[in-house]
Amino acid sequence: MVPVASGSPMLELLAGFIGQLREAGLPVSLTENLDAMAAVKHVPLEDREAFKYALAATLVKNNAHWRAFETVFEVYFSLRGTHYAIGDEAGELGALLDDMEGEGQGDQQGEGAQGGGGGEALTPEELAQLLYQALLNGNDPLMRAIARQAVRRFAGMEPGRPVGGTYYLYRTLRNLDLDSVLDKLMGQARQRAEEQGNPLTPLEDRLEEDEFQTRIEQLKKEIEAEIRRRLVADRGVEAMARTLRKPLPEDVDFMHASREEMGNLRKALYPLTRRLAVRLARKRRHGRKGALDFRNTVRHSLSYGGVPAEPKFKYPRPHKPEIFVVADISGSVAAFARFTLMLVYAISGQFSKVRAFVFIDGIDEVTSYFEGVEDVTEAVHRVNTEADVVWVDGHSDYGHAFEVFWERWGKEISPKTTVMILGDARNNYHASQSWVVKEMQQRARHVYWLNPEPKSYWDTGDSIVGEYATHCDGAFECRNLRQLESFVDHLA
Amino acid sequence: MSAHRFESIPEVREGLERVQYLADEGIAGIVYLADRLQKPILVEGPAGTGKTQLAKSVAELTGARLIRLQCYEGLDESKALYEWNYKKQLLRIQAQRNAEGTWDEIEDDIFSDEFLLTRPLLEAIRAEDPVVLLIDEVDRVEVETEALLLEILSDYQVSIPELGTISARQIPLVFLTSNNTRELSEALKRRCLYLHVDYPDMDREKQIVLTKVPDITDSLADQVARIVRSLRQLELKKPPSVSESIDWARTLLLLGVENVDAETATATANILLKYQSDIAKAVKEFSGNQQAAKVFAPGPR
Repeated sequence: MVPVASGSPMLELLAGFIGQLREAGLPVSLTENLDAMAAVKHVPLEDREAFKYALAATLVKNNAHWRAFETVFEVYFSLRGTHYAIGDEAGELGALLDDMEGEGQGDQQGEGAQGGGGGEALTPEELAQLLYQALLNGNDPLMRAIARQAVRRFAGMEPGRPVGGTYYLYRTLRNLDLDSVLDKLMGQARQRAEEQGNPLTPLEDRLEEDEFQTRIEQLKKEIEAEIRRRLVADRGVEAMARTLRKPLPEDVDFMHASREEMGNLRKALYPLTRRLAVRLARKRRHGRKGALDFRNTVRHSLSYGGVPAEPKFKYPRPHKPEIFVVADISGSVAAFARFTLMLVYAISGQFSKVRAFVFIDGIDEVTSYFEGVEDVTEAVHRVNTEADVVWVDGHSDYGHAFEVFWERWGKEISPKTTVMILGDARNNYHASQSWVVKEMQQRARHVYWLNPEPKSYWDTGDSIVGEYATHCDGAFECRNLRQLESFVDHLA
Repeated sequence: MSAHRFESIPEVREGLERVQYLADEGIAGIVYLADRLQKPILVEGPAGTGKTQLAKSVAELTGARLIRLQCYEGLDESKALYEWNYKKQLLRIQAQRNAEGTWDEIEDDIFSDEFLLTRPLLEAIRAEDPVVLLIDEVDRVEVETEALLLEILSDYQVSIPELGTISARQIPLVFLTSNNTRELSEALKRRCLYLHVDYPDMDREKQIVLTKVPDITDSLADQVARIVRSLRQLELKKPPSVSESIDWARTLLLLGVENVDAETATATANILLKYQSDIAKAVKEFSGNQQAAKVFAPGPR
């Protein structure tokens, strides 16, 4: 290890950075800290990318933490480094315009070069035109300059104003109106193709759109970075690092996830199920050894001259549970039911049988939707649209749903069955009929209740989860993927 | 102490390019750091993004011998580190029985180098020539077995109770790859530099296709890269990997395709996508034609 002189500015800078990372929830150990110090000695400091990767390689050991690391890095080092200084964008845009052999932009070039507020001289229409050009040609430096200009102009940032970055982002994007820019770009592409005599096929159309979409995403990222830079300049590094912390996908609350977070959740689900399936299969195999395998032992004894020195055992075949999922799919908890169904079906190989029932105030069996279907998402979509779950008014009525369930399928619950009930037990003050759960518990192997609400909300208002939970083998809070995963792990 | 293998990050990058591995800034930087800090690299990422290939290419670049340990469930020290050659030892004892000799002599004799079978890890430590050690798919071994690797990864030595500690004659470059089917232990991660290899961006993918598939035209490579990027944006069970896009490019070349249209893409989709439901989804998304999707996935009636 290379000794680092104490009190050197680099050491202090890094120590501060690592402090920020730990604040953001990344586990950084002492040895990793030392490694990072050693690593930065070997990279040229003026190479920002290399510096970043050197720190990442030594400090971040989990890909899920990468985003958090990147944010902290950008914030912490945003104001250190010359070409990240604020206030030079007007000149920059002017210089870029000079480079462009644009039509009809000559007069703005002159003003831009006069320094000061050259960028301001552009009218909004001209800025929009420039944006359009930049997106059409994929001109990165111009896009960056426009992002800066747009933030400066539209975000309306005022020093000391206590609003989050998302507000400024929203304001900027609303003014740029990127959706209609995309339409315009697509229209242009289609028209050009038609003029050349070969209109776009659906495939080409799609590819073209994806290309523009990527560029627009990039522009959004630039805008976000610019807003962040300005906020840091205004409020200081520490305050910013705190506000920018975003939860990891596993920690996002099912009931309050935004659309973007939902997308991330869905993406996180598949690798998670794969991990879970591998782990469960492994657990099954390595839990306990089975009976002595006589044939195998004798065969292996031959290499020891007939001495059975190495006893061999049969693989154990523990039984697989049969699962009944009974899920509330009314508005507030629908997302939770969807994720649980997807998770359970994705690892259905670990169970001997899975049956699914969904209810709001009526109840319906939806097992057949999942049979022979490879794409669970599709099946879940069908559940939400086709299942016959409304009896009277489409407000949750657990009591009635349970009663009907018991009448129609109660006899099929056997001692091998594990029943999972999903819902927040907000019963709209109907009768609870909790005797059904009690009966279920007597017939079934286990009955579990999964509630997507935080535990502190249970039994408040019209929630009667406590009444049902007394008859269950366990009631669990399942607010995010992490909790759901640990429950399923426990189940199999 | 051996001299460093590389002088600068650009040198690593250009070197890798010479052996047909297109590294990005991060990959080259971490390989360079691993050499300087003498630390192993843990490479994680989706299947088929060139994790194993990275180790192979670095070996080729440095002219080192590649020693590979393929991990699997049930791997133990007799397969990874070393094993005493029991049968030979037994013969040795039996041969001694008739001749003169004390027990001590025999004992010294049977626990000597002659009776030691070296396995990949020990072999890498004892090698005289430069080697690159590749520990492939380390996430397949059980958590307990990971501990076998720790001594080697941090100190480059192996302790054999009967022989003592064997230290490395030269520090090998070590690569560990993982498909992330489970969390690796903290102890293992702490000893390594971490590199996440993701799907390349469109330009790099195009360059990779151009390098790996000779004779391909620039425009075809561009189309391949663009279609693959669009596919990866869909929610698929298994997005196409880099190796699959290379295979696809080769196929298109063999078929003499110059412009990929929806029909060609549909007909050869099974090279890129390995699940029927993925293919159906892609076809549906790209052709806007429900009929075509039906052919691939009849679905529930």
